[in-house]
Amino acid sequence: MSVNNETVEKIASLAKLKIDEEKLDEARSEFNKILDWMAQLDEVDTDGVEPLVSVNSQQLVCREDVVTDGNKKAEILANAPASEFGYFSVPKVVE
Amino acid sequence: MAEYVIETPKGKWEIVCGLEIHCQIISKSKIFSGASTEFGDDANENVSFVDAGMPGMLPVLNKECVRQAVKTGLGLNAKINKYSVFSRKNYFYPDTPQNYQITQFEYPLVGEGEVFVDLKDGSTRRIGIERIHIEQDAAKSIHDLNPKKSYIDLNRAGVGLMEIVTKPDFRSPEEVGEFLKKLRSIVRYLGTCDGNMDEGSMRCDASISVRPSGSNELRPRAEVKNVNSVKFAMQAVEFEAKRQIELYENGETMQQQTRHFNQTDGSTKFLRLKEFSDDYRYFPEPDLPPLILDDAFIENVKKEMVELPDAKKARFVKDMGLTAYDASVLCENKETADFFEKAAKGHDAKKVANWMMGDFFAMLNAKRLPLEKSPVTPEMLGRLVDLITSNVINGKTAKDVFVIMAETGENPEKIVEEKGWKQVTDTGAIESLIDKILTANPDNVAAYQAGKVNLMGWFVGQVMKESKGTANPAMVNQILKQKLG
Amino acid sequence: MSELTKLTIAEALNGLKEKKFSAKELTEAYIDKMNAGRRFNAYVSETPEIALKAAEVADKNYASGTPRALEGIPLGIKDLFCTKGVRTTACSHIIDNFVPPYESTVTEHLFNAGAVCLGKLSMDEFAMGGSNENSCFGPVINPWSKDVPLVPGGSSGGSAAAVCAEMCAGATGTDTGGSIRQPAAFCGIVGIKPTYGRCSRYGIMAFASSLDQAGPMGKDVRDCALLLHVMAGYDEKDSTSARQEVPDFEKVLGQDVKGLKIGVPAEYRPEGLNKEIADAWDKAAAILKARGAEIVEISLPHTKYALPVYYIIAPAEASSNLARYDGIRYGNRVDGAHVDDVYVNTRSMGFGKEVKRRIMIGTYVLSAGYYDAYYVKAQKVRRLIQNDFNEAFKRCDVILTPTSPVTAFPIGDKSMAENPLNMYLNDVFTVSVNLAGLPAMSLPIGLSADGLPLGMQLIGKAFDEETVFKSAYALEQDAGFKRK
Repeated sequence: MSVNNETVEKIASLAKLKIDEEKLDEARSEFNKILDWMAQLDEVDTDGVEPLVSVNSQQLVCREDVVTDGNKKAEILANAPASEFGYFSVPKVVE
Repeated sequence: MAEYVIETPKGKWEIVCGLEIHCQIISKSKIFSGASTEFGDDANENVSFVDAGMPGMLPVLNKECVRQAVKTGLGLNAKINKYSVFSRKNYFYPDTPQNYQITQFEYPLVGEGEVFVDLKDGSTRRIGIERIHIEQDAAKSIHDLNPKKSYIDLNRAGVGLMEIVTKPDFRSPEEVGEFLKKLRSIVRYLGTCDGNMDEGSMRCDASISVRPSGSNELRPRAEVKNVNSVKFAMQAVEFEAKRQIELYENGETMQQQTRHFNQTDGSTKFLRLKEFSDDYRYFPEPDLPPLILDDAFIENVKKEMVELPDAKKARFVKDMGLTAYDASVLCENKETADFFEKAAKGHDAKKVANWMMGDFFAMLNAKRLPLEKSPVTPEMLGRLVDLITSNVINGKTAKDVFVIMAETGENPEKIVEEKGWKQVTDTGAIESLIDKILTANPDNVAAYQAGKVNLMGWFVGQVMKESKGTANPAMVNQILKQKLG
Repeated sequence: MSELTKLTIAEALNGLKEKKFSAKELTEAYIDKMNAGRRFNAYVSETPEIALKAAEVADKNYASGTPRALEGIPLGIKDLFCTKGVRTTACSHIIDNFVPPYESTVTEHLFNAGAVCLGKLSMDEFAMGGSNENSCFGPVINPWSKDVPLVPGGSSGGSAAAVCAEMCAGATGTDTGGSIRQPAAFCGIVGIKPTYGRCSRYGIMAFASSLDQAGPMGKDVRDCALLLHVMAGYDEKDSTSARQEVPDFEKVLGQDVKGLKIGVPAEYRPEGLNKEIADAWDKAAAILKARGAEIVEISLPHTKYALPVYYIIAPAEASSNLARYDGIRYGNRVDGAHVDDVYVNTRSMGFGKEVKRRIMIGTYVLSAGYYDAYYVKAQKVRRLIQNDFNEAFKRCDVILTPTSPVTAFPIGDKSMAENPLNMYLNDVFTVSVNLAGLPAMSLPIGLSADGLPLGMQLIGKAFDEETVFKSAYALEQDAGFKRK
């Protein structure tokens, strides 16, 4: 599979990254080089192979329903680039 | 059952609709962190580093959220999946601190189930449940504090949600409305969600399409967001169906799209097409191994199951002699049903039901009291009904007794005693009252005997008046008839 | 007392116990080295005040006869571990001002055991890279460099360089595809990536969650055993951490390796493998054989596919893990008119080239229409790679391979700068281990003709670090490698 500039731009927009117009061709060709290289996996017969989701077959352990956390507003907001009135602040979001 | 068909001069159409309902799970702490789920606290107060999506923070699943979802699944007669997997749904939005939501995708916790809804025409419809999965709720954005900025409060971020997805089985707005009421009733019975649509703890999106009546085709659908009451859901379905029919009848086409429901005028507004931005890139959540439930866990939840509205209703009809209608009214919420059962225990259940649905609910409405604050306890109501069935007071007096009970919280027996309203059922006493009236009104006696039989009502009234309402009206009637010949 | 920094952790602990020197003196010696070694650019944050305070506490504990396991041992911490109140950046501009209000479980274990924090160590941005050239604070210089500055390897390049140059007694690293082992090999030190789940990932900025593991980097095998013993353990805050007892790894050091079956995989000797590295491998096998171990030829048939599998799975997870760096809750923000502009501006300015490249690849392989062809396919081959190891371990107890097909290379190497695939290929011997979740150690075995360290890798069964330590120790004893 190889991608065109449009796909590269779409992927960038999903990832919230900007690719400068003049660098688009370069990005695409590099992208395709990597995808070509990955295509060697097509050689492997994986019929009937279960995808590996969890490496050490750990069982999920749940916590009990107890309130043990919270009440650390100052610490939550301390690293925020912009906050006001105890909220994180962003440019107006319009739905 | 009558098919719901939308008829226009150009043709007949039917609705195809499915619902996605997000129910906030009742739990003390969040689904993946130990922060409280309480609302009403200050902004960003009930937030852990995990909820804030801080670097290096990891989710740890709350067992109670799993239990509540399994319980809900059992309540919807659904298959519980012993193996389920959490996935990440990736999208950027300020309400989603990690910029992905931990949810379930390919392997949900609960599989197919069903709900039966009763319609006005007396028919019952089966609505299929596709799945229930559990996931984290988003934060809240506040848009009205500053004209140029939105503010983010993470208190709600990470509260547990159950997403209940139905099959596209709805064919009318009524079915949608009745289903939502039924679902709300079930989750409230189970205590798994408080079901308050107006507060957002139960939220509904409707996928709506239309097709020519009787056909099997599936046309592109509109997903309508923000239909947050039973009434709005019904309005949205109706509006959107008619809008789509108009498009088709004007020779236009429709693309799959997302629309927003406007609560003020009941219309739907175009938001966006289903397109590239909806590429959520789901993949298994690497921070959480698969969730595996054992039989013991599911058995334990089964033991905690309460009797649900359908079963309760059937029992009220079968064992207590209620009509289907009365039973369904009393079973709509568990507190009412419990109150009724307590009141009816050892008393005439049918009469208790009549009293609850009549004077009792009217009193609560008038006083604007919730059931749990009622001045009349179930035991008192039961005893009041007993006083009627054992002829201690008649129905009319009972109404007066009830008013005093509601005002004072006194026992009915005590009120009857103090007011001297005990019904006179002694034949001798009633005879002497009748004799007194007959002696005082010879003219009317003569007139009656001459054929003016409708004077009977007047005689009864006089006797009752003389007894200050305490005479048993049936006995008065009977003895008067004998005496007047 | 610059001699103090020559001591291993084990030696230093003895010296402290015997009151030959104080923790303060030891810490000051390392601080001096840290100052003198700034040209290596290994530290991105130095915390001498915190270190001296901790040393004071350590001296009190020695005085009262209640020292903890690592009392007074000065360590450097990879800048991927969140340290409470100390700036933690992942060497990325996007969060180069982040001060965590929490401590990672691994560093908490270390500091609770009395370890002293000297500062935070450089790394490839978000642990993505194999040369440490992707740090936003500039490249780290390998202390073995002569005329041309060489890379220390990556991503834990700062850790490896600092241990090598005695700017700390030991360091933490993380390893997603070789990020502990490869820099350990390049800098002639010892590093172990434990079994997936052995160390908690809580508080470590995530790169690829299903592959990331923390581990120690030290002057010798024993130091790694001491450090790992403290770092490891079940953590209820990490759902992927293992409910397994942590053995006393030090106990197995010196145990006989007689009869141990050492697997040597044919696939790790491709045509054109650097002769010096092939020879070093033979030498290592010969040492173990001389000690009575049995060398067993094994096959790991899917080895060749490990790299593409890794470069699908790791970027996929990274694309999601790094989505949180958006300029809203922490880190730097580059403003914009709309929220979407904030995202795009912040991320485009904040992330470096390699990180962006991997986010793009990861986003692509997860996107609709490509998910099955890339991501699911990779997960299936990942299963086959794990099966290969399961089969191999039926025939052997531990596997011996070179750590890297190359030795430390010059900073700014053209072929790698121009083609990222050339850089990726360096991970060929290390990534399989992460995909299978196994423990693996790198230790120096000798020097190349150019005078650069050559590293050997020992791979163990899941949760059998003990056999790895035992055989590594035997190898170390007879290899006669001289630390820098």
